[in-house]
Amino acid sequence: MTAAASVEAAGGRHRGDVRPPGEPRRIGYLYVLPGLLVYAAFVLVPFGHTLWISFHAWDGITPSAWVGLDNYRRVFTDPQVRETFTHALVLVLFYALLPLVLGLLLAALLSRMRVRGISVFRAVLFLPQVVALVSVGIVWRWILAPDGPLNEGLRAAGLGSSARPWLGDFGWALPSVGLVGTWVMFGLAMVLLVAGAQKIPTSLYDAARVDGAGPVREFFVVTLPGLRNEIVVVLVLTTTAALRSFDLVYVMTGGGPGTSTSVPSYRLYTAAFQTGEAGLGAAIGIVLAIAIFIVAFAITRVGERSST
Amino acid sequence: MSGTLERAVNYGLLVLFSVLALAPIAGILLTAFHGPDAVVSGFAIPDPFTLDSFRQAWKEGAFGSSLWTSAMITSTTVALSTVLSLLTGYAFGTMRFRGSSFLFYVFLFGLLMPFEATIIPLYFDFRRIGLTDTVWGVILPSTALSIAFGTFWMRAFFLSAPRSLIEAARIDGASSLGVLVRVLLPYGRPAILTMVVLVFMWTWNDFLLSLVMLSGQNILTAPLSLVFFQTQRQTHVQLLAAASIIVAFPVLLVYVFLQRHFIRGMVSGSLKG
Repeated sequence: MTAAASVEAAGGRHRGDVRPPGEPRRIGYLYVLPGLLVYAAFVLVPFGHTLWISFHAWDGITPSAWVGLDNYRRVFTDPQVRETFTHALVLVLFYALLPLVLGLLLAALLSRMRVRGISVFRAVLFLPQVVALVSVGIVWRWILAPDGPLNEGLRAAGLGSSARPWLGDFGWALPSVGLVGTWVMFGLAMVLLVAGAQKIPTSLYDAARVDGAGPVREFFVVTLPGLRNEIVVVLVLTTTAALRSFDLVYVMTGGGPGTSTSVPSYRLYTAAFQTGEAGLGAAIGIVLAIAIFIVAFAITRVGERSST
Repeated sequence: MSGTLERAVNYGLLVLFSVLALAPIAGILLTAFHGPDAVVSGFAIPDPFTLDSFRQAWKEGAFGSSLWTSAMITSTTVALSTVLSLLTGYAFGTMRFRGSSFLFYVFLFGLLMPFEATIIPLYFDFRRIGLTDTVWGVILPSTALSIAFGTFWMRAFFLSAPRSLIEAARIDGASSLGVLVRVLLPYGRPAILTMVVLVFMWTWNDFLLSLVMLSGQNILTAPLSLVFFQTQRQTHVQLLAAASIIVAFPVLLVYVFLQRHFIRGMVSGSLKG
């Protein structure tokens, strides 16, 4: 915000102070108030209320009973709840890491080259981001169905033994959902990272070359540090999406087979609205929120530190 | 050197990734243009091309009414959150008042908070006061969440707006609201449009909030009716394909015309503050 501060200083010259352009200070509250009221009523207050519920046993109908940290204990010890967080971590690999690696690969290859028609590629690669996830889920459910295009393709290629009911298989259902997440996210990562790589000054590459760097060293010495901000943004966006995933799971597997694809949001939904465990659902919500804050904070901090 | 080969390989990779992004969408389009009674296997070219599956899906899934509900919810959310975010962003971006940075962080909290962490009390409170199974049950929470992003986004815009513009208007005697409406709004049209486009997409595509709030199934949003349609017509691929396209279409249509706003917003709107 240093730029903002200097702009403010420049703007205040008429009055001889650093106040923004002559606005009466207190009128600011008036402008913030309507938005703040709506935001407080439907975000802040419910968040506090969730915290309150998370310390209670409550079925949503009868009066609730204080149980202290019991719900949180269940989140961390009940295998059927704890595993949802493990599943979310697996999804992070597919939603965040795989797209990041693919994006970095493309960014490294394209970093020194002017790409013709880049805006068309960008629009196409970004497309999966704007399709409603429920539609995405239905499309991929069809592709991955026992007699769907994927299995048919495998059989046609003579790999019939690899064909399987992808979403009905205990071992494959979660990675299958994860790969759909990869499909949704890889374009976003590529668009961001390629755009970032194109902004790295060519002189840096020339200097590296003069120092005798090959393509690999060039990548680690020039491209990777130059993309630090973009990597942070990609990781925050994709990791939070992975931790929160709900739509794809609901549409593609309903958490199954068994509970092999159940994720925190899905367990929260069933606990609060189907099995009368609103307290447990609330605790999952709070833990999920804290996890997301920690992850986003950690990614940002690591990104900042590696800048020096 | 091997410049030409390198270029060819790079373009080849770009094309490959583009094909991967497009193939599922192309597959579902091809499927949807088959007649409802055709036997579809894999990525087959429809013969003949027909809109019959769209017609039948539209009727059976009652998508007319759910698209209308989605349109009402989305337009109201966009309108409300745009006005409110303009006001908060204006204050945070151009004025200084005690506690302003603390208040701004309060809004930032909503940018990152998963709204799963609010949905349980929202549902039970809304049910008590009769807001579930109404459009307002969806509009109010999504407006509130959109304000978090809108405040962040508009503040960044107002911070970058040239001071001289505001100064000049003030010397001409414009009130603070006058500066906002007559000077900054026209100047900020692209930034506002980006915000409108993103809130439109997020609200239209939302599923969890409407699943919870409209659980009585008297009114449905488009994504919600798609999921119910899926459970009814589990195996009827053409109808499901057509229905998926119907639901995704409005956003895709806007994307065709304003894709740069989508990309710019999602790429730079993410946590730079």
